[in-house]
Amino acid sequence: MAASKPVGRLLAALAGLLGSVFAPTAARAATLPEDRAEAMVHVYKGGGVTASGPAVLVRKSLFDKVSLTGSLYVDAVSNASVDVVTTASPYKERRNDFGLALDYAVRDSLVTVGIGASKEPDYSTHSLSVDVAQETYGGMTTVNLGFTRAADEVGKTGDPGFFDQATHWQYRVGVTQILTPKWLASVNLEAISDTGYLGNTYRVARVFGAAVPERHPRTRSSRAVKFRTIGDLGKRDAVRAEYRYFWDTWDIKAHTLEAGYSRYLGESFLADGYVRYYTQSAALFYSDNAQSETTYVSRNRQLSDFDNVVVGGKLTFDWKKQPGQYDLKANAGVELFNLKYKNFTDVRNGSLYSLRAVVLQLYLTATY
Amino acid sequence: MTNPEAASPLPLKGAPLADRRSRLRGGCLDIALLAAALLGGCAMPQPWVKPYERERLADPIMRFNRDALAAKHGEHVRDIREASRGATGVQGGGCGCK
Amino acid sequence: MNAMHKLLSKRWALPLLLASAVGSANAAVQMSAAAPDFTLRSVGGANLRLQEQRGQVVLVNFWATWCGPCRQEMPHLNTLYSKYRSSGFVLLGVNIDDDPRAAADLATKLGVRFPVLLDTDKKVSRVYDMSAMPATLLIDRDGRVRHIHRGYRDGVEKTYEEQVRSLLKE
Repeated sequence: MAASKPVGRLLAALAGLLGSVFAPTAARAATLPEDRAEAMVHVYKGGGVTASGPAVLVRKSLFDKVSLTGSLYVDAVSNASVDVVTTASPYKERRNDFGLALDYAVRDSLVTVGIGASKEPDYSTHSLSVDVAQETYGGMTTVNLGFTRAADEVGKTGDPGFFDQATHWQYRVGVTQILTPKWLASVNLEAISDTGYLGNTYRVARVFGAAVPERHPRTRSSRAVKFRTIGDLGKRDAVRAEYRYFWDTWDIKAHTLEAGYSRYLGESFLADGYVRYYTQSAALFYSDNAQSETTYVSRNRQLSDFDNVVVGGKLTFDWKKQPGQYDLKANAGVELFNLKYKNFTDVRNGSLYSLRAVVLQLYLTATY
Repeated sequence: MTNPEAASPLPLKGAPLADRRSRLRGGCLDIALLAAALLGGCAMPQPWVKPYERERLADPIMRFNRDALAAKHGEHVRDIREASRGATGVQGGGCGCK
Repeated sequence: MNAMHKLLSKRWALPLLLASAVGSANAAVQMSAAAPDFTLRSVGGANLRLQEQRGQVVLVNFWATWCGPCRQEMPHLNTLYSKYRSSGFVLLGVNIDDDPRAAADLATKLGVRFPVLLDTDKKVSRVYDMSAMPATLLIDRDGRVRHIHRGYRDGVEKTYEEQVRSLLKE
């Protein structure tokens, strides 16, 4: 049976971890994440879409055994994107995202259990996730295992009879390794499986120039692997780099390359700068204007061939600080998106579509 | 007298195919467990970065994700426009939104 | 013997046994052996030598400003020191920060009353080779290491107090 090989490997990995737990020197304990509160205002503006809203997060440890995190994220979207204006009319709607997580430290492991719910007028999701972070090898290696299951309910505004579902399974595994007193590296792998309604109820595809409702497959399976490294350069600054490769059963292949630099300025400021280059190849059934009848067809530009270059910066100001008691910081982050589509045309003028967007994040963080 | 076939951990010629396969898998599992246990402590060198040498690594500047909300929002903005997802290291998985 | 044979014949027994047998690698600090001597400069400027504390019960605590559990533990150590210092108890806080001023600042802010020693070049840490932060050692009046605590968990200060009291009674 094909199933036993990965099971065998997983058991072997667990045995190795168990071995380190039973070894008498491993008397360290994993620490709970720090108590923290964050309040943010976020804005996305570009391509005719404006999405903004507040977000709040509070984390507090209880009885020194568990840590509880609660978060609320609101997205007020005003959508007049190229898809919306060419096939329908602009609309406004609001999405609320709630999250609750519990962290529990057991010897060298940190177990996190989280539930999430996201609600918008025609789409709602409920999710459950479990993550385990295990410190091994004298604390130099941290192994992460995670699992999320989400169930969506899909509706359609203006069509009360429409109802469909989608379920998602996510499996994550990662290793973070301390290389030297100044360098860290990590590898992360994630496999995601979706079944059910995976399309968009409003979007249309184009076949022989005519608009038809899009036809998406009802399953999708994807894998992503990411390599990251971060290092201290010795002058109160750090540099980081990451690469991610993504591939799935819809024949999409994507590469992400990102590099960033952070530096402390003076006593109270921390500045970050980064550049991200992203490129993807289209899904098998994607077509800007299909010239044949196929089982599946989609004109979803998210699945097309395109490049995205993102340039971003962030500034953090240490506002009020009382060592050992609390630390309040003010942050401002800006990102500039530049998406160039290679096989998606803007039907209003017939040329290849490109999108420029600005993302703004203003937030306060407090550790106490 | 015990059955020599039952005592052997390796597949024997003449044993039924399914039986041989299951014993081979069992043998592989044994080896895998042994390897993992050895790697768990004996064969590897001593951890070379001691806890008292980790001052630079404890600095927030050395964290991949410093602020949870900012990272979540950043990931969400990318997820909506790009087809790829996963392996980001942002906890909690995707948002499940259209 | 039969039961042992049965247990060992299980598939997972041998790997598990091997893993457990890894045991403590050559630890520089052994239980009931003499604590390695050291001399370090304290935040106040004066030099302090471990051997000169013979005759008193000594608690040596390795800490750093960048270590969360260390900061959590400080107030408890302070209370312990104030309570037993007149009974022949000494508490030495060995700080391993690269920047000694950060250590002095935090010690003042937390109202630390026990001597804070600076091990900036990590020489003493290397000799003691503690595998966790914070690390606490309890040394008896004859200079022998009697208890070792690695890491900090809420409530362990009660264990410290019990062990200090029993060592003071000797």
